Amino acid sequence: MQTDELIIEADSTERHYWKDLWRYRELFYFLAWRDVLVRYKQTAIGIAWALIRPLLITVAFVFVFGKLAKLPSDGVPYPILVFAALLPWQFFANAFAEAGNSLIANANMISKVYFPRLVVPASAVIVCLVDVLISGVLLIGLMLWYGMVPDWRIVTLPLFLAHAVVAAMGTGLWIAALNVQYRDFRYIIPFVVQFGLYVSPVGFSSAIVPDQWRLLYSLNPMVGVIDGFRWAILGGENHLYWPGMALSLALVLVIAITGVWYFRKMEKSFADVI
Amino acid sequence: MAVAIAVENLSKKYIISHQPRERYTALRDVLTNGAKRFAKKLAHPFARPEDDATQETFWALKDINFHIQQGDRVGIIGRNGAGKSTLLKILSRITAPTSGRIKIRGRVSSLLEVGTGFHPELTGRENIYLNGAILGMGNAEIVRKFDEIVAFAEVEQFLDTPVKRYSSGMYVRLAFAVAAHLEPEILIVDEVLAVGDAQFQKKCLGKMEDVGREGRTVLFVSHNMGVISQLCPTCVWLEKGRIRDIGQTESVVNAYMLNGVASLNGEMAFPDDLKKAAQLKNISLLDRNGNVAQKFDCDNPIHIKFEIEIRKQLPGLYGYLAIFKPDGTHVLESDSFDAMTVNPLDNLPIGINTFKVTMPPRILGHGEYVIYFSMACPSADNFNVDVPGIVCGFTLDDFSSKRGNQRLGFFSTLLVWSKPER
Repeated sequence: MQTDELIIEADSTERHYWKDLWRYRELFYFLAWRDVLVRYKQTAIGIAWALIRPLLITVAFVFVFGKLAKLPSDGVPYPILVFAALLPWQFFANAFAEAGNSLIANANMISKVYFPRLVVPASAVIVCLVDVLISGVLLIGLMLWYGMVPDWRIVTLPLFLAHAVVAAMGTGLWIAALNVQYRDFRYIIPFVVQFGLYVSPVGFSSAIVPDQWRLLYSLNPMVGVIDGFRWAILGGENHLYWPGMALSLALVLVIAITGVWYFRKMEKSFADVI
Repeated sequence: MAVAIAVENLSKKYIISHQPRERYTALRDVLTNGAKRFAKKLAHPFARPEDDATQETFWALKDINFHIQQGDRVGIIGRNGAGKSTLLKILSRITAPTSGRIKIRGRVSSLLEVGTGFHPELTGRENIYLNGAILGMGNAEIVRKFDEIVAFAEVEQFLDTPVKRYSSGMYVRLAFAVAAHLEPEILIVDEVLAVGDAQFQKKCLGKMEDVGREGRTVLFVSHNMGVISQLCPTCVWLEKGRIRDIGQTESVVNAYMLNGVASLNGEMAFPDDLKKAAQLKNISLLDRNGNVAQKFDCDNPIHIKFEIEIRKQLPGLYGYLAIFKPDGTHVLESDSFDAMTVNPLDNLPIGINTFKVTMPPRILGHGEYVIYFSMACPSADNFNVDVPGIVCGFTLDDFSSKRGNQRLGFFSTLLVWSKPER
């Protein structure tokens, strides 16, 4: 065993942080694994929940936006238009909520054991990726049903997924850290999730937004993520609105970097206030 | 020997807010308080900002300094709120100090609670992996020790049962088993042995002793002075966030016990120490109905019951008992030769032997007392066979005499007042 020397001082518990984060990677796997196991352990239909929820929302949105409001669908079947957007949106909503509540949910661990606290929200986000993968299978099934074959753009999908992960992580870190200090933020989480569903182009194509408002609309970072998913999955005439994409990417990066910064700043006092 | 832990001028401040009844801050309070302060400032722009009456700083630790050598086993004692847990939390990096500096050499594992991160829905097997990871074990390490952990916890048949169906005893055994198989260079343990049945506690203590014998550094917090004395040669006594005393466990523990009867009970049990040829296993103070008590009155006798385990026949073994006031005044001394006819501890048979010492009524005055006990034997290899030291405390009240608890002096003996015969 190597003897590493550790110095604990008022302001510099930081030096080993990133090295520690690497050392605790197994804890990270185990926490994610625990959450996946626990999530489906006492449910009667288990994993099927990951399929039923997006499926029902898709049906509702297709009915409301496609059939009643008769919105355009960029030349693809409306269910696929909705489902391709629902994939990243559901991921974001779940990951954001789970990460935001993750510290409070693991309060006991945080006040009794040392580990880099970033592990907790990070593993919460990763768990939600499992749901995305399951829903992704459903999307493949839907596309087969409609006889759609994605073109080369599908290989860019991981990039947009990464974009969604960073977005969920950044916002999740902010809320998680704030939530420890001010419990008011747990009321903000369901609000953001609900409100976001309406202001993001999930039930409709963002192409219906007038061009002069498009950039403003892109201030919602999820617009870029969802457009990216559609662009990669649907192919065909679907065009990517690059300024909006760039704006979304920049915003997400700023949120994520400041999120990590704020989280690190507050991290030291988590055990004292939680 | 190298220094394993060096603590220099360590302090930790907490800010306690009095007003909010809730455990956490709500944003609304921050906002309204901020607005109030701002309004006040507008009304009196030149007034000095007043101290926030709802907040108070509290030093959980203040200027702590000590060094621990590699391989030392150190006990930490003190009343509740003395800062023991805070110290452990800082050493295990759960919370950061306000000022000061700690240098630690070696891998630290801390066990502040048994079963942290256990999930009731998961099976025993799953929880072993999860808990191991939480405590800092690598996957390979857990796999390697898995069987050992299961055997130690005695839960083989229930490995694939969710732990929510475990009895509390099984739960604790499993949780401790995982923690006990950590292999850190420095082990930090909070009072976790207070759980589980007596037999399992014994097993845990044995495990902890092994850890110490393997040359690892152990820091151990406990309220059980018997356990501290057995496990740790050195001891730190914390009081109100400062070090009151540090040194040899025997003297520190005695000083600590003398300091407050409140920390003592009318009963104390001791874990097995097989090195001792005879050992006090249990001492209890009994009232006239035979119930364990800590409060007595002057008009009734106090029975002191001893359970002594004899592991080797000892001709000439005798017991010594002393009563002190909390300030250290030596009030009374007695030994088993006081039995006059024959010393009842002489040459006892191997096994558990029970004795009773009775203090007749109306001897000591009202107040607080502590009892010191030891056993010695001139024919044994080690003259001081067992020195548990201060083991019990009690209070005496004088309810019946006219002066009652106002009576001064050391004794409550009623003198004989009479009219001379005419």
